[in-house]
Amino acid sequence: MTKVNLIIDGVNVEADSSDTILTAAKKAGIIIPTLCYLKDINNDGACRVCVVECKGKTNLITACNNPVMEGMEIETCNPKVLEARKTNIELLLSNHNKNCLTCGKNLNCKLQQYSYEFGCDENKIVGVKNNYDLDLSSPCIVRDNNKCILCGRCVQVCKQIQATSAIQKQKRGFQTMINCSFDKPIKDSTCVGCGQCVLVCPTGALLETSNIKKVMELMAEPNNVVIAQVAPSVRVAINEEFGYPVGTFNEGKLVTALKRVGFNKVFDVNVGADFTVIEESEELIERINENKNLPLFSSCCPAWVKYCKLHYPDYVKNLSSCKSPNEMLGAVIKNYYAKQNNISVNNIKVVAIMPCTAKKEEILENNDVDAVLTTRELATFIKYKNLSFTHLPESEFDNPLGEYSGAGLIFGSTGGVTEAVLRTAVDKLSKTDSSDVDFEVVRQSEGIKETTINVGNLKLNLCVVSGLKNAQIIMEQIKNGEKHFHFVEFMACPGGCVNGGGQPFVDYTKINYFDVAKQRAKALYENDKKSTNRKSHKNQFVNKIYKEFLIPNNLTKTLLHHNHNKK
Amino acid sequence: MAESKLENEQLEVLNILKNFDSDPSELIHCLQTIQNKCGYVSEFAVKQISQKLNVPESDVFSVVTFYSQFTLKPKAKYNIEICMGTACYVLGADKSLKKFENKLGIKLGEQTLDNKFSLKQSRCLGCCGLAPVVSINGKIYGKVTEDKVDEILDELV
Amino acid sequence: MTFAELTKLKNERLKEIDVRFNKNSLKKEIMVCSSTGCKSNHGAEIIEEFKKQIKEHNLTNVSVEKTGCFGLCALGPIVIIYPEGTFYCRVTKSAVKEIVEQNLIKGKVATNYLYDKALINQTHKNEIDFYKHQQFVARKNSEFINPENILDYIALDGYFALYKALTKMQPNEVIEEIKKSGLRGRGGAGFPTGTKWELTAKEKANKKYVVCNADEGDPGAFMDRSIIESEPHKIVEAMLIAGYAVGASGGFVYLRAEYPLAGERLEKAIEQARKLGLLGKNIFGTKFSFNLSIKYGAGAFVCGEETALMHSLEGKRGEPRTRPPYPAQQGVFGCPTVLNNVETFANVPTIILNGGEWYSKIGKGTSTGTKVFALSGKVKHTGLVELPMGTTLRDIIFNIGGGVLNNKKFKAVQIGGPSGACLPESKLDLPVTYDDLKNNGAMMGSGGLIVLDEDSSMVEVAKFFLEFICDESCGKCTPCRIGNRRLLEILNKLLAGNGTMEDIDELESLSYFIKENSLCGLGQSSPNPVLSTLKYFKDEYVALVDKQHKNADKYVINKEKCIGCSACSRVCPVKCISGEIKKPFEINQEKCIGCGGCQKTCKFGAIEKV
Repeated sequence: MTKVNLIIDGVNVEADSSDTILTAAKKAGIIIPTLCYLKDINNDGACRVCVVECKGKTNLITACNNPVMEGMEIETCNPKVLEARKTNIELLLSNHNKNCLTCGKNLNCKLQQYSYEFGCDENKIVGVKNNYDLDLSSPCIVRDNNKCILCGRCVQVCKQIQATSAIQKQKRGFQTMINCSFDKPIKDSTCVGCGQCVLVCPTGALLETSNIKKVMELMAEPNNVVIAQVAPSVRVAINEEFGYPVGTFNEGKLVTALKRVGFNKVFDVNVGADFTVIEESEELIERINENKNLPLFSSCCPAWVKYCKLHYPDYVKNLSSCKSPNEMLGAVIKNYYAKQNNISVNNIKVVAIMPCTAKKEEILENNDVDAVLTTRELATFIKYKNLSFTHLPESEFDNPLGEYSGAGLIFGSTGGVTEAVLRTAVDKLSKTDSSDVDFEVVRQSEGIKETTINVGNLKLNLCVVSGLKNAQIIMEQIKNGEKHFHFVEFMACPGGCVNGGGQPFVDYTKINYFDVAKQRAKALYENDKKSTNRKSHKNQFVNKIYKEFLIPNNLTKTLLHHNHNKK
Repeated sequence: MAESKLENEQLEVLNILKNFDSDPSELIHCLQTIQNKCGYVSEFAVKQISQKLNVPESDVFSVVTFYSQFTLKPKAKYNIEICMGTACYVLGADKSLKKFENKLGIKLGEQTLDNKFSLKQSRCLGCCGLAPVVSINGKIYGKVTEDKVDEILDELV
Repeated sequence: MTFAELTKLKNERLKEIDVRFNKNSLKKEIMVCSSTGCKSNHGAEIIEEFKKQIKEHNLTNVSVEKTGCFGLCALGPIVIIYPEGTFYCRVTKSAVKEIVEQNLIKGKVATNYLYDKALINQTHKNEIDFYKHQQFVARKNSEFINPENILDYIALDGYFALYKALTKMQPNEVIEEIKKSGLRGRGGAGFPTGTKWELTAKEKANKKYVVCNADEGDPGAFMDRSIIESEPHKIVEAMLIAGYAVGASGGFVYLRAEYPLAGERLEKAIEQARKLGLLGKNIFGTKFSFNLSIKYGAGAFVCGEETALMHSLEGKRGEPRTRPPYPAQQGVFGCPTVLNNVETFANVPTIILNGGEWYSKIGKGTSTGTKVFALSGKVKHTGLVELPMGTTLRDIIFNIGGGVLNNKKFKAVQIGGPSGACLPESKLDLPVTYDDLKNNGAMMGSGGLIVLDEDSSMVEVAKFFLEFICDESCGKCTPCRIGNRRLLEILNKLLAGNGTMEDIDELESLSYFIKENSLCGLGQSSPNPVLSTLKYFKDEYVALVDKQHKNADKYVINKEKCIGCSACSRVCPVKCISGEIKKPFEINQEKCIGCGGCQKTCKFGAIEKV
């Protein structure tokens, strides 16, 4: 790689020939503001916020996509550039619904941040605004085009990363807008609700559908017993909402907060995951023995399940009949726990705290769970209830559905389901209690990881997929007969649920989109390592429920599985 | 009647698509062929193009709405614009308008069901010496009094 | 196709069309302009009528043929009769009989149909005022050839430049010749063509392309249409030469959909060339193979911008992108691409045949060769004029254009279309070169020249172009998408009489912002009409603000004469005229800005200036 020498703001910078002005400046500790730029995904230079002055050119040039050249002299914040940046934001503000005070993106919005930092006058440029209706049709996502700045990130993520292209730019000029084709509501499009668009949107144009009010209503009913169940990925992310670094692991304060905001009990979806592992490994062995409907596809990701039904209907039969950990736990709570504690079926309410927006649609299919709050919504709820999160003491999840195995915990990362299933399947197949529980080969997938694990005579062909574009690639290979697997784990969100559409917003100028998942997942694996029990089938609470309730009452299939083909 | 017309239209679209490969760069050419043959690009056409050319439906729609040449609704074959500038008005444009409305069975601003005629009001065309003036697909007809309407419509048909 | 075969075709055809060049020929040939302007004016009927009249009069040795565009569409249909080369205008169907009788039978000039009835000694194109100062290079042979016959093109040395390039020159020698000529892009930016070809040739790639930008979108510009409809083979030959020079094996002509006849002619030309082996594999028996096809635009002015054009070619939204990478490095389908305008290509065969040095002697400074301008507006003679670079604006407008219509006072000339500027009287002696224009805040653009007189409102002109830009902006970048919209709103505010001096300042600063921050050339040049009118005609802006303080003209309606037709109220930019239909109208003196539009519109002389 050849070196390129240039001067940025008077500082000599040695950059690589592959650097842009933006990345070269970063090496010198100069952070040029960007709005539409998203590394490896979007660098069109459309927003013009990252403009800089280059000696010898009259017009300003964008830093995000102009390569460095030997001898370039760049100024990133001289009066001309600062004035241009300010005017640019003021233009965007002139066509924006500025209800920041009550906007769901308040304090997390890049437009808001730059308006303040660049010293903008929000009333300087006034003119006609586009006036769009909100799209409230989806249970997962709300779209508000009156806040859209046409950065194009959502379009690129939906197209490049998620192979879905539910939304695209339409028309041109001032009338340009991002919408589904034929202006249909998002619920009628190919959108799977993964919420990646929400994560990357720099303004409040895309947010999750809020269910906080619903949860408060459930809590207000005096006879209701409202139970919170927490997904694995929440505990490595919620802390970021309260100032902790990305990937901080803490359950104690989270549980206390949930109790304080009004939940009667706090159970752990990791336990639900343990149920799922037991059921799914059973299903895998059965299918291998019968050589039927292989490969087995995981089905705990509702966005993936929707994607599969939409684009590969012939492979719906390959989906696991297992419910997701979320649904399984809800079913166990409402049938086992409720009975045990004499709570009537009408009064037991389950609220899931999820890293995921698609779960909001998943729960509509049955009565296992009554509402879903994303990690972000929970943080808002905690603040609304006057809690100072950092000062809370630590508590533990309630039993009998609070103690989990390390296998259940790692569900939040790509490769986690596979590894968890392996720990149980290997023991079952080899009829041992293997001490080999670290299957590092399925970890740290960059999107697609293929591997073969030997279990006795059996060579298990496995594939770990995250991101729907990668799902498309693998599905096409399976369709063509190019690849043959026994089990494929599909997660719609790149990196797994830790990067779910409901997770805390991250400043992508400070951390790369693809790195967020890695940092959060690291915390999950570290804590899995520390767990006393790292195998789902060794969870004594789970085993007790099987022995005393599910099996004698023949409820395993009815409560823990569903029939995809019915829909 | 309308249903079989729709079927014919859909058959035409499918016929046109037979000549196209799964080549995204041919999208505009494909849309132009369909626009020229059918007079507009229907939702059916967008879906079929998306499948045949291997382009996401939202991308096809995006291109359709970007370029002026494409319409999502059928254009009328004859776009009749009646000048309602006062010189024309004073010389009986409103009477000619009523005649057009009666003959075509539509009101001002509407389009006939067979999409053959649309009736619009135009701004002053600057031909006041020829008032009352009617413009059809850009062609100027002067001195269009009530009795001339039949003649014009006959000529078109 | 071999050289011998080509020469044979040339010589044979030259003999057949001898009448067009030999004053002593015993034959007669009537050539009728059959390009879009004259065609829509019943050109096809004229041809049929001539044939009919010839038959009726039993005339022998008289043929009727189509010919190319003369750029004088306002005076069409145009007819030339050889061997004298008598030039007839406004030839209606009924005129044919008279021309046949006068000219063909009696051997006299049918003076009724001359360019100017009063100038009866101007019978030949070279004598006519409008043409005699022009220099034809890009449009050299339009009047001698039938655009739909490849043999006519070959007869006049068509495809001989290609032969010379392929067999007598190395690719880098071809590039050197173009460089020597000093030819610069005629689409607007004026980038040196030779350098562009050289950069593309340097790139190592399996596949390269040549693209012709025929998306002539400037309102009022029709030079490219004229060239393609008249000599489509010139473009084919030029693209072949370019392909050879840079190492490309394929090409596209990106033609706007609004030019169907140009498309037809070009399709025909491509097919004819292919049949003769001038397109396809191993041309002239060399290793060079090249294929050409047409892709049509779909109605987006922005697709005239190089990178937007390439995206459109790829079937996408016509949105420009950042450069670098330049098309020479990464163009169509990611391959190195040479992209040139129609007029640029039209000069190439002549440069190869006559040599770059010959070409470089025409013109001024670094602006060599000729330029085709489209002259229109308040000028006596409208149409296409081809002149050496460096001709002054005064010469173009007054000597060739004949001066301002109705002998009104010249006010400004708008040059360069929506990307261009309005230059006032003080700049009339500016030589038209890329650099002179640039140094005066203007731009050559595609070569559109619109003459404005004392009655024109410069603010309205700026608004006209800004409205156009707002309709055509692709919408990708903030400055152009939102900025231009806000500029237009300020202009409308001023025109409605609600503007302030601060608005004028804002107009200027926002214009500079858009110019310096937009992503592509369209956005970067879109404020030019506003900025140039602000620079040279600020008083008109100020008048809109300051009307009560300045001695603005006032207008009053004479109630005796007013019939209440409301025509005046509809043209009033500040909506200060009101009344009831068929009753006398009234002008609100408080709001009247004295533009005089009402008086101009009134057909009953009912409005008086006070």
